[in-house]
Amino acid sequence: MLRYLARKVVVYLLTFFVAVTIDWAIPRFMPGDPVEGLLSRMQAQPAAEKALSGYYTNAFGFDVPIWKQYLNFWAALLHGDLGRSVQNFPTSVSELILGALPYTLALLVPAILLSFWAGNKVGAMAARRKALDNTVLPVGYVLTATPQMWLGVVLAWVFALTLGWFPVSGAYGFDLQPGWTLEFAWSFLQHWVLPFAALFLVAFGGWAIGMRNMIIYELEADYSNYLASLGAPTKLVRKYAYRNALLPQITGLALALGAVVAGAIVVEIVFSYPGLGTLTLGAIQNRDYFLIQGIFLFIITGVLIANFLIDIAYVFIDPRTRIGMQGGR
Amino acid sequence: MAAPRDLEPATVPQAGVATVGGPAVAVEPQAAAGAPVPAHRSEFVYFALRNWKFVLGLGVVLVFLAAALFGPMIASHAPLEFSGPTDQPPSSDYWFGTTSFGQDVFAQFVHGLRAAFLVGAVGGGIAWVLGAVVGFTAGYRGGAIDDVLNMLTNVVLVIPTLAILIIVSAYMNVHSYAVEAVLIGLTSWPWAARAVRAQTFTLKTRDFVDVARLSGRSTRQVISSEIAPNMSSYLLMMFILLFGGAILIGASLDFLGLGPSESVSLGLMMNNAFLSSALVLGSWWWFLPPGIGIIGIVGGLYVMNVGLDEVFNPRLRET
Amino acid sequence: MSLRVDDLKVYYRTLRGDVQALDGVTFEIADGEIMGLAGESGCGKSTLGKSLIRLDGRMRHVGGSVTLDGKQLPLGDDRAMNAFRFKSVSIVPQYAMSALNPTRKVGRIAEELLESRGIHFDGVRPELVRRLELVGLSKDVLGMFPIELSGGMKQRTVMVLSTLLNPSLLIADEVTSALDVSSQRAVAEMLVEFRERSYVKSMVFITHDLAILYQAADTILVMYAGRLAEKASSDAVISRPKHPYTQLLVSSLPEVGVRYADRRLEGIPGKPPSLLEPPQGCRFRDRCPLAFAKCAEQPPFVEVEPGHRVACWAVT
Repeated sequence: MLRYLARKVVVYLLTFFVAVTIDWAIPRFMPGDPVEGLLSRMQAQPAAEKALSGYYTNAFGFDVPIWKQYLNFWAALLHGDLGRSVQNFPTSVSELILGALPYTLALLVPAILLSFWAGNKVGAMAARRKALDNTVLPVGYVLTATPQMWLGVVLAWVFALTLGWFPVSGAYGFDLQPGWTLEFAWSFLQHWVLPFAALFLVAFGGWAIGMRNMIIYELEADYSNYLASLGAPTKLVRKYAYRNALLPQITGLALALGAVVAGAIVVEIVFSYPGLGTLTLGAIQNRDYFLIQGIFLFIITGVLIANFLIDIAYVFIDPRTRIGMQGGR
Repeated sequence: MAAPRDLEPATVPQAGVATVGGPAVAVEPQAAAGAPVPAHRSEFVYFALRNWKFVLGLGVVLVFLAAALFGPMIASHAPLEFSGPTDQPPSSDYWFGTTSFGQDVFAQFVHGLRAAFLVGAVGGGIAWVLGAVVGFTAGYRGGAIDDVLNMLTNVVLVIPTLAILIIVSAYMNVHSYAVEAVLIGLTSWPWAARAVRAQTFTLKTRDFVDVARLSGRSTRQVISSEIAPNMSSYLLMMFILLFGGAILIGASLDFLGLGPSESVSLGLMMNNAFLSSALVLGSWWWFLPPGIGIIGIVGGLYVMNVGLDEVFNPRLRET
Repeated sequence: MSLRVDDLKVYYRTLRGDVQALDGVTFEIADGEIMGLAGESGCGKSTLGKSLIRLDGRMRHVGGSVTLDGKQLPLGDDRAMNAFRFKSVSIVPQYAMSALNPTRKVGRIAEELLESRGIHFDGVRPELVRRLELVGLSKDVLGMFPIELSGGMKQRTVMVLSTLLNPSLLIADEVTSALDVSSQRAVAEMLVEFRERSYVKSMVFITHDLAILYQAADTILVMYAGRLAEKASSDAVISRPKHPYTQLLVSSLPEVGVRYADRRLEGIPGKPPSLLEPPQGCRFRDRCPLAFAKCAEQPPFVEVEPGHRVACWAVT
């Protein structure tokens, strides 16, 4: 088991290494000069331009040999220094990211967990009731083929603008300050519903369909047939099928994390939700390279860690992996 | 198809924005059973046309394809041309109304469909080729080659596709949808590689392959006459899924403003609509069609895939 | 007590029509009798075995009846059959090696299965352990996952589990087919032992291997294309077969000591008819060296000697 986990750690470290290198390499090997690009967008005074040029060249590290740039990048990274944002100068990138992070997590975590739980439950139910199946399947396919940002826009249009049940943007009322007050909490909740729904629904469709197929597969497995042949009640057969079908779903969860995060980014933009998504859009529009790089690394690290945690959990959940690792019989 | 889990059944894709999580199509469970071969071409066609899911999905996709091919010919205005009054609802002059800049939404829509199909075909195609080659080589050769390719696959797999694409597109001004599609293809192949590898493993150990080898056929012959036909149905279904996934990823990229800005795509339409507050103005004719287009094409592809799975795997057919 | 099967018909539904897999089968098994059920692939023996306990998705009970210990089995009614499964009729399936849930310990599987059937597990646990030890498995098996057991161990576990409630009838479906010869012998001996100890009363031993049946079964029932060809004591079937099909089958068995140079193995030329649209009359007609005009009419399965039944015009 330890060897298995060690192998996984190696892959994740390698991935992290590759990601950081890509992150570092791209601005340096892309056509065009990032410093030039930045300056031309700023349209600064010639005098200021010179100073800025010097600053950026230094910040990017273009004034030192390339291998040194690489090492410096790593050194800074390990200190948690992701540079300073260009558009929000002199705020540090880390500060901006950490400020936006809670909002993104507030959307992501419930969306992931609830859609996984609800989707699997509904998928399992659909697998045994034909009538339900005939609704769940088409709905599920439509949902999973829906671009999250579009769903966000539609939800906003219907529920916020037309029906007026929910606010259309932001994470809380403009007149409020974040704090541990009931008023803020209520406002936060109201603003949270629609973006959450956009993420939840699309993911839900995916899990439901996946689980339905998995359950059907498990119900046809030899062990299910054997139990049924010995007269076991359907409840028992279904219980076994459900547990076994969950396993590949959990692996799927790890692999789908990247997609969910991407979904969160675009949904946040639609609702001007002050999370990493809106931050990213601003960074892209303003060519704030350091911020983009910082967000990129942050997301990757987050996804890697989450993957690793799921891998560990999986070893404990699936006896086959556990025993296979120990060399079995 | 879900993220391949060596021999484990699939899950549905998470509106494949980044990684194509994998459509619900139970393609992978068949990894254990082996993708079966229809006896004759005609048997395939017979069952395919009788499967309503396949027919429905294919029908929807073909409708949109026709719109993509012929729409731009019948559209009366160029998509980016500021031809008319701004923010008009659909009328006889402008079937889908106009944008805040006075552009013809219908023209944009059908041109956007073209871009979508292009991105799907090229992006999905590249991912497909890469995934199939890497997966097959790893599965068939095994050993050290497998280990290396596996590591490569895992590394690229875990990195969120959108993150990579954001970084690359941010620095590199993407000028055409073909380029965007290539980028998408280069980052979404790992999942396909894993699936093909698992399938190759199952087939490699099948008895008929051993028999072929024992009877002295060369590796190339074994691959082309024993393994390939069994994999062909699987590969076809994978391509469809990759196609759909590429479209979804492309739409997100365009929505973020990272796609080509000089032409039109469905994602870009949504981006523009959003940025011009079409939502607040209530210009539903502007932001609804692009989404419906994507849902239609991608959803149609997924449903088609389910139908194909039933056609190829008699076990799933209903009597 | 005994099993009586009366004109049993079970068809498979397919897109192209009904496959008449089991077309009017009538026979009896006495108390304590091990009946071997032999025939080629597709002859209907597995269908017969399965239909006695559980019809799977495509199978349909079209006609006929099955009576076990005087009670008629409600074959077509899945719910009603549950009362008989495991307790009166049980099965050791063909897929015994994958019949155990891979993510659950063997002991838990047994416990949950028995409890769900209304049997208090703690009460039967000692007997379960005793029987496991009888077949050569230690009680540690109960604490292991199926993946930790070898194929043979899993099969033996399934054999013990399936017979735990002392069913009147056990269906052993191709239990030896995937094994090497010495394991085959061990399994066959185990089954006979179960019968000796009254763990099971009667048994239907399904296989295509006549040689095993000669060793383990009391009687052999030969099937062909969904119908019965011959039923007699194993001795009679192997040494004095009357039906031309049985004769050809037996003579196509390789004999120990006879070399290829001296005598070639002969199979039976041709292949069984399609059961989608089976031919009229005797189904073996096309391949039978003794076929004549009367064979266009289905021969009845009648007793030509005490305890020996054949369905062939050439014999009756």
